[in-house]
Formats: sequence, C-alpha cells, structure tokens
Amino acid sequence: MRCKHYFASIIVSLSLSFLFINNLYAKGIADPAEGWNHLWYELMVDIIIIGVIFAVLTLYLLLRYRRKQPDEEGQGPELSPLAALGWALIPTFIFLADDIFLGAKNFELWNKYRNIPENAYAINLESAMWSWEFNYPEGIKATNELRVPAGEPIMLKMTSRDVVHNLFIPEYKVKWEIRPGTMDTIWFYPKKTGEYVMTCVEFCGVLHSSMHGKVIVMQKDEFSKWIETEKNKIK
Amino acid sequence: MSATAFSLKEWIFTTDHKRVGVLYLIGSLAAFLLAGIMAMLMRAELTTVGPTVTTNPNAYNVWLYFHGAAMILGYQIPALTGFFANYYVPLMIGAKDVAFPRVNALSVWLYWMGIVLALLTFVIPDPPDIMWTGYPPYSSEFSPGNTSFYTFVVLLIGFSSIAGGINFITTIIKMRAPGITWNNLNIFIWSILAAFTLQIIFVPVLGVAVTLLSFDKYLGTNFFKAAAGGSSLIYENLFWFYSHPAVYVILLPAVGIIYEIVATFTRNRIFNYKMVVYGGFWGTVLLSGVVWAHHIYVSGMPNWIVILQVFTSLLISVPVGLLMVGLLGTLYKGAIEFRTPMLYASGFLFLFLIGGLTGIPNAMSGIYQQIHGTYWITGHFHYVMALSVTSAIIGGVYYIFPKLTGKMYKESLGKLSFILFIIGVNVTFFPWFIMGINGMPRRYYDYQQFPQFEGLQQLSTAGAVIIALSMLVVLIAWLHGLIAGEKSSDNPWGSKSLEWTHTVSPPPPGNFSEIPKLTADWSPYNYGRKQEEGKKIDEEL
Repeated sequence: MRCKHYFASIIVSLSLSFLFINNLYAKGIADPAEGWNHLWYELMVDIIIIGVIFAVLTLYLLLRYRRKQPDEEGQGPELSPLAALGWALIPTFIFLADDIFLGAKNFELWNKYRNIPENAYAINLESAMWSWEFNYPEGIKATNELRVPAGEPIMLKMTSRDVVHNLFIPEYKVKWEIRPGTMDTIWFYPKKTGEYVMTCVEFCGVLHSSMHGKVIVMQKDEFSKWIETEKNKIK
Repeated sequence: MSATAFSLKEWIFTTDHKRVGVLYLIGSLAAFLLAGIMAMLMRAELTTVGPTVTTNPNAYNVWLYFHGAAMILGYQIPALTGFFANYYVPLMIGAKDVAFPRVNALSVWLYWMGIVLALLTFVIPDPPDIMWTGYPPYSSEFSPGNTSFYTFVVLLIGFSSIAGGINFITTIIKMRAPGITWNNLNIFIWSILAAFTLQIIFVPVLGVAVTLLSFDKYLGTNFFKAAAGGSSLIYENLFWFYSHPAVYVILLPAVGIIYEIVATFTRNRIFNYKMVVYGGFWGTVLLSGVVWAHHIYVSGMPNWIVILQVFTSLLISVPVGLLMVGLLGTLYKGAIEFRTPMLYASGFLFLFLIGGLTGIPNAMSGIYQQIHGTYWITGHFHYVMALSVTSAIIGGVYYIFPKLTGKMYKESLGKLSFILFIIGVNVTFFPWFIMGINGMPRRYYDYQQFPQFEGLQQLSTAGAVIIALSMLVVLIAWLHGLIAGEKSSDNPWGSKSLEWTHTVSPPPPGNFSEIPKLTADWSPYNYGRKQEEGKKIDEEL
C-alpha cells in the first residue's frame, strides 16, 4: 500500500514538472542572451555568498587558533560515529541542493539555446582557415561580414571546410564548434543595430587569433534594401 | 645522500625510492622552469595589441603548446605522483622501499626520456604547435608541426605513470608496517592511492587517442577524417575522458600534501577522517569518469549526455566541498604555527576556494556558451591547477626540506617567497576572469579585435613578473638551505607521522633500522594530549 502511495506521488510530481517545463516553451521567443545574463547574475550571487562564508570562516579559524606555547597541541574534537555521519551528510545535502537548483536553472537556459524558433532567418556558414563565408538564402555570399536584420531570430547552419573552428559572438553569448562533415546549428536574437565582434575560439593554426569578423545588425528595411542591391549585383 | 662521495652512476642506476623521488623532483622543477619561461614570453607578447616580442604567431603557438604540455605532463603529475609519492609512501607506511624498486627505476627513466623528447621541441625544424589538447583534424592533417613528438611524449610519460601506479598501489596494499591499517593511514597515502587508481584506469585512453592521431597523420588511417567517415568528435571524447580525471590525479595528491601540512602545523587530528577519505577522495574518483562532457558542451554532443553530465559535473562540488570542510575542521581548535609550509597551505585554502567556485559555471552547459574557450576557463584552471597545486608543491617541498636534506631553509626567505607568490598570482590571474567573461578568447597570439583588454593584459604581465621574482626567492631559499642551511633535527616540526618520528633526517637506504611495530592506538595524527600530560611526558623523557 505504502509503495503505491510513493509511486503515485512521484508520478504526480513528475507530470507537474513536465507541465511547468512545457509552460516555459509556450512563452513565445525566449532570447538566450537575456536568459544568460539573468542566470549569470543569480549564479554570481550564489557563488559570492558561498565564497564569502568560506573565506571569512577560514580567516577566522586561521587567526583564532594560533599556537600560544611552543608545546601546545590542537584540541580538535573526536567525533562520535553519529556526529561524523552528520558532518558528512549535512554539507553533502547543502552542496547537493545548490547543485540541483543550478542544474535545473541551467536546463531552462539550455532549452532556450537549443530550441531554435521556427521562423528564424537561416544563413549558411562555411568556415575555413582562417575566414568565415556566409551564404544567404537569396544566393548572396559574404566573407567575414554577417549582415542581419534587427528584431529577427537568426539561425546559422554551420560546417567547416578544413579543421575544427568555433564561432563566438560575445554580444549574443553564443558559441558553437564547427567541424568538417557535420552541419551544426545555432541561433541568436539581434535587437539593437550596430557592429559586433565575432571570432574563432578553437585553435585552428597559425592565424587562429586573426580569424575574426563582424556581425552587422541593420534596420529591417535597410537590410531588405541591401539584399536587393546584392541580388542585382549577382544578376 | 650517504656519506660516501657523489657518484653519478649510483644516481642513474639507483633503485632507492628516495633517490628516484629526487630524480623526479629535479626533472619536474626543470620542466616547471622551462614552462615558466614560456609563460613569461607569452605574457610579454600580450602586453600590447599586435606583435610585441615576435612577429611570428607560430613561435607563440609553440610556446603555448610547450607551456601546457610541460606544466601538466612534465611538472605537476611527476612532482606529485613521482617525487612526493616516491619520497613519502614507503616512509609513511613504514616500508623499506616500494614493492618493485626496479620498475620504479624504469618509471623515472621513461619520464626522463619523455622530458628529453619534449625538449627536442626547441631543436627540430617543425615543432608541434597543436596545443596540449592536440585536436584533430588540425593535428592529424593540417598542422605543419611534428605531431609524433606529442604522441611519443604522452606515451612515454603515460607508461611511466602506469608502471608507477601498479608499483604504488601494490606497495600501499601489501607493505604497510604492522599496526598501520586502513583507518590510521596518512591522508596523503589515501590521496596517492586515489590518484594512481585514476591513472591506471584512464591513461590508456589518452594513449589510444594520441596514438590514433599519429596513425592518421603518418600511416594514412582515417579515424578522425570526416571525408572518409571518421569523426574528430571521437578524439575530443577520448581526450577529455582522460584529461578531466587527470585534473584529479593532480589535485588529490596536492590536497593530500595540504592535509599533512595542516595536521602538522595545527598539531591537530584530522577532522572527520572517514568523511575526508571516502567522501572526499573516493567520491571524487567515483565521479571523475562521468564528467568529461563539460569540456565539450559546445561540440555538438547528444543532448542526453549534456543533460546527464551537467548534473554529474555540478556534483563534483560535493566531494570537493567535503575536502574543504575537512581542512577547515582540522584548523578548528588547532594550535596553528605559521611556518612557511603552513603559509602556503593557508594560501591554498583561499586560492582553491576561488578556483573551485569559478568552476561551478563551467559545469552549466547554458552558461558555458559564453565562457568556453575564453580567459574565464584559463583563469579557473590556473587557480585550481597552477596556483593551488603549485602552492601545495612548493609548500610541500619546504615541509619535506629538513627530511630531504637534513638541513633547514631560512625562514625569512621562505616567508618572503610566499608573500611575493600570493600577491603575484592574484594580480596575474584574477584579471583573466574579467577578460574572459567579457569575451577574451584563450590561445590568442594577438587580440586586435579586443583592444579594450590591453590594460588588463598589462596588469597580468606585471603580476607575472612578481611570480617570477617569488620563484627566484624560492630557488635561493632552497639552494641556500641545501648549501649553507643549519643542521636540522630529525623532527623539527614536532609531527607524529612515521617519516618524522621513526627515522633520521635524511633517512638512510632502507629507511628504518628495523621495521616499525605500531600499537593499535597509533595514528599519524595522534595529537590532543592535555597541556599538563604533555609536560609530564617531556619531563619523563
């Protein structure tokens, strides 16, 4: 009977958490970069609190228990079996709780990164030693300059001509390895117009640190105009 | 170091564990020096945007390759599982030597061959430039450098480690003196047992990975060539399947040394011994094999592995946290004396705290999107591996110095070296977190796309100069102690551990005049007698 009871509660809580996660998906387009900033802030608060507690405690212990006489010996407690178990289990569960909290928070963010919006504007990227080549659906080619419209999710379908590269756009908190023989996808959500750095973060030979380019975010109408002029050039 | 005249032949063909240990120490300090010189060259290069000391990016890449490979394979693993393990293990368990002294000699020879081969990097025309990670297909198809050197250095040092592992595990299980049980073994012995368990399980995997690199490059196989059906992702998995546990191979013995130092200089029993051993050390061993994916979250791994290993990677905080709780608990009600080794141990507590906490974001795949491959990662692992572990190694050598040489280093030089070290490392490496989180990628010869980091790079270089100074003081302190140090007593620290209480400094070949017989209540941490009792015992003596 008892067993059944537990099973029921596990099933109920699992399905509730699925509902909760599904709910997260339903909220329209979630910007990974915003999610990143938010979680980073929480993470820093978490880490700094733990860090300060440990640092203050360490400093206190180091200063408090200095040797006064040369023959003095430490009087550390001899723990009873129960106390020893407690001292192992209580910290374990505190750390564990924080880990599970952070792990769960991470999935929320990871989902934002891995669920590419269906209406994303898809551009092909082929990387080579040491440049980035972009192919737009309209047939336009560009090297080291990725022009995108503001306010639209952008998807990159990436492959490499030679070695493993890694596209990194610090502004959008996004990076992914690009390897020969596979097609990997990432997406980001540019909102403000401007020029942003993109660069390679996987060692790819002599000029690795020179393998960089620009993401140029344009107003939507400007971007359409650019597409038209470039298309005409090809014709 | 007997009274007889110095004989090079005796040193080369020695099977005495203490001499083998010293050979490891000399090799690892030489590797540390060279890797440090490479680091200084790189820091000089990075002081300005654009070329500074060299206009050839390839030179920088070779320095960086050598720095990484030499620091890990040439300096840290051999210093900890070579020197400290060799010197301490038989002394701490009351044995005359290791189980297989000739295998031990073979280990150190293989290691020295590896060092010599690594040094040829600077002689051959096309040195490897593939970073210590050696990712294909760059290393197996495109690199102009000789990948074979990387392969053979790893294989030689790997075989050395496996031989050492079998030797030390056997020694610890079979050769403990009567009275030394699994419950009163030194913490350092446990850490060595854990580290070598990891080496035996995981080194072969790395051996396979780097061998396949050379097969691809020189024999025309296609393990990592996508066009022929291979996959470079396989290499990344194999490489990190070893190289994450390798972090613990380095970390655990370092923590073990810190425990010995802290116990001796607080004259305190280890807080919650079983928690430290089973929760801390063996907990880490248990988890170490299932966390490698956090190095390659952005490499296109299946989602289920990512999701699983986010949790396992975060869980590492549990055993590592328990190790910290054990250390802090040992300080509690201790009688702390701040000699140089204890200063380094205190430094370790803070450096490792920063290193450990900055590791938490690395376990989170979403957060990892920004920090992978940036100075954040290098900052984190320099705090953990370079700084914490180096403070354990240097503090550990200061600690063992009277036993090793029979002489005492000069305390003022030791303290000066620590002060310079702790200032230097923080000035050098803390700015890396700030640069990293703002996007500064690692392994960059030049950073013209990130000119905003020039100031922080210069600050970091200034710190590196302070570190170099501190290392110079360390060298002076050790050489001065060795040549002109005052004679030390057999147990200058008042430790209760066997290597201090039961043999002279330096110990003779065979270590003990007779194998120590210990009573059931013996413990290397048997401190805590009352003040009055202590006086009585002293009077009786």
